[in-house]
Amino acid sequence: MRVQRPEYPAAVKVSLAFVGLALACLAVADLSISTLDPWTELQRMAWGLLTPDFLAIPSLWDALLKTVSFALCGVALGASAGFLLAQAFHWGPVRWLCAFVRAVHEIFWAFILLQIFGLTPLTGILAIAIPYAGICAKVYSETLEEAPAAALALLPAGSSRISAFFFVRLPDVWVHIKNYTSYRFECGLRSSAVLGFIGLPTLGFHLETAFGEGLYSEAAALLMIFYLLIATLRYWMRPRLLPLYVLAAPFLLGAGAEMQMSNLLRFFTQDIIPAPLRNADLGAAETWQALAEWLQYLWSQQALPGMIATVVLTQIALVATGLLALGFFPLISRQFMGPVGRRLGHVFLVVLRSTPEFILAYVFLQLWGPSMLPAVVALALHNGAIIGHLLGRYSDQLRLRPDASRGINRYGYEILPRLYGQYLAFLFYRWEIIMRETAILGILGIATLGFYIDSALSEIRLDRVVLLILFTATLNIGIDSLSRQIRQRLRLSHQIRET
Amino acid sequence: MFHLSEESFGYRDTPVLKKISLQIQPGEKVALVGESGSGKSTLLSLLYQRHRPDCAYVPQEPALVRSLSVFHNVYMGQLDRHNSAYNLLNLAWPRKKQVAAIRTLLKSLGLEDKIFTRAGELSGGQQQRTAVCRALFQGGPALLADEPVSAADLNHAEQSLSAMTAHFETLILAMHDVDLALAYTQRVIGIRHGRVVLDAPTQGLTRQDLAFVYRDAGAEA
Repeated sequence: MRVQRPEYPAAVKVSLAFVGLALACLAVADLSISTLDPWTELQRMAWGLLTPDFLAIPSLWDALLKTVSFALCGVALGASAGFLLAQAFHWGPVRWLCAFVRAVHEIFWAFILLQIFGLTPLTGILAIAIPYAGICAKVYSETLEEAPAAALALLPAGSSRISAFFFVRLPDVWVHIKNYTSYRFECGLRSSAVLGFIGLPTLGFHLETAFGEGLYSEAAALLMIFYLLIATLRYWMRPRLLPLYVLAAPFLLGAGAEMQMSNLLRFFTQDIIPAPLRNADLGAAETWQALAEWLQYLWSQQALPGMIATVVLTQIALVATGLLALGFFPLISRQFMGPVGRRLGHVFLVVLRSTPEFILAYVFLQLWGPSMLPAVVALALHNGAIIGHLLGRYSDQLRLRPDASRGINRYGYEILPRLYGQYLAFLFYRWEIIMRETAILGILGIATLGFYIDSALSEIRLDRVVLLILFTATLNIGIDSLSRQIRQRLRLSHQIRET
Repeated sequence: MFHLSEESFGYRDTPVLKKISLQIQPGEKVALVGESGSGKSTLLSLLYQRHRPDCAYVPQEPALVRSLSVFHNVYMGQLDRHNSAYNLLNLAWPRKKQVAAIRTLLKSLGLEDKIFTRAGELSGGQQQRTAVCRALFQGGPALLADEPVSAADLNHAEQSLSAMTAHFETLILAMHDVDLALAYTQRVIGIRHGRVVLDAPTQGLTRQDLAFVYRDAGAEA
């Protein structure tokens, strides 16, 4: 006999479609473990983690100061530029420019800036400031739209725009802007640390050295200092001290930002011009023939395989993130845990949230060798912890009837149905961020777009680098707009900060 | 000063005002009465849109900037009289002259002690008086006020209404409270279902004369 079942809601159907897609991606993904003896190495790492050696790194404090300084300068510059750009965000070209600069990852910006400024502080500062300006502009402008429209409509007819801005538009949303900026600063600390992996003198630089030489006690000390830095953020990042910090930071980074016009000129007029066009006869048919072949090669041998791998990895990581988040959030939720359990859950999630995906992936790569596995695990752990944290906080606000079920029944019948929409919204916001990160992980040897960009860079073929970065940005913008459409279709809330 | 002839107005497909004709001269103090939903607010905001440069306006929702002080919210009524630099200076360090002027106005509304309290921390009635004070500070020939004393007790309501009648030559008040409306105005316009159903001098009018304006909505058909 046929039993009549309710039809699944659209949100569930979309989720199942994503899971199906991820399973299909799993079939083509390379998830092998290629190292000979991953377990011994894991034991050594675990031992290192238990015996952190804080004294082994003489330049530890310097690295710490530099990490904070890069983040400060980068975020201060990026947030200020973003604030100005937000004022013109309704203008199409500004919106497109911001979408583009934030679609390119900090590390890719650093790759480009390295060619112009060399390994100088300016490279690190701008690598953070440029994409952050794009992100901040978008969030600030969305925030400013929440200003009290009724008060604005009441101003005397001849009030100047500047007065109206500071009296009506800004005051009520200022606290949101402040909170978002301090969240951005935390992200900036992570970005700054990761920039060390490409040579800037931040924590990442020492971390890579320590891991590379198998000095796991040193690496553990570096990571713990980094967690401590982030965990104590609210104690040392006081609004009153901020001007002092911002003024001091550039001095701590030292000189060396000597910009050479010749470099800049060479970069734009030589380096990034496609090789077949350089010093070529633009009137000759062969030149264009060569360009077509060059593009054909780049597209079929690098861009396309890179994009496919990036999408495959992103889809698997997205679903894995979602699954982990569902498992993580009860750890910090009042609905499921007592005070002690919650405290432990918080520590666990804070550690995972504070470790940049890049560093997690780097560690797992040392363990398992280059395949998509370390990347998937790293992305899922980091992003799963972020979404788990947000969901946990959200679930605390839910009011249940006093006789509501407990344990797994409460999870399935009371909590999950109530926060599923929010959960999907968080995930779809994260989608684009996971993809940005996926592309970057190619630098570690996984065949996503970053892999081809890194290879082209080491062959000093900047024309390819720039074109591949453009492809990456386009892919990102595409995912961003797809995610927005799905969110609108499912009517998921569109005001979520701090994701 | 205000002039409407056979004007209709609505949101989307729902007509709110139907063929309204009105003539209000400078110097008149007019009460708009009618049930909620009769079209009073729409009529007031329509008049405000048309005459914005000459009018101060007290909307039903006080429309304050919650994180700024009462002083700054009131000062906003004169943002157009000073240059931006002065306005910003006054935002960061309130100018003595402005504080003194606004303190006097607040005093007349019984709100002097709240001058540097954030608007978001005030009670509903205090917020309403702040909005009234902003309109007083803005000044001008005419004031349009939409239920400006709906959240006030009688004492405060009388303070606010006296201040408004003293400050503005022309006044249009949308009022729920008929007795107060009759006490502070010289002309009453009754609105029902978006039409003017009464337009008479206040003198000699009683509560009973106005009752039909409020009569049950079904009766009209």
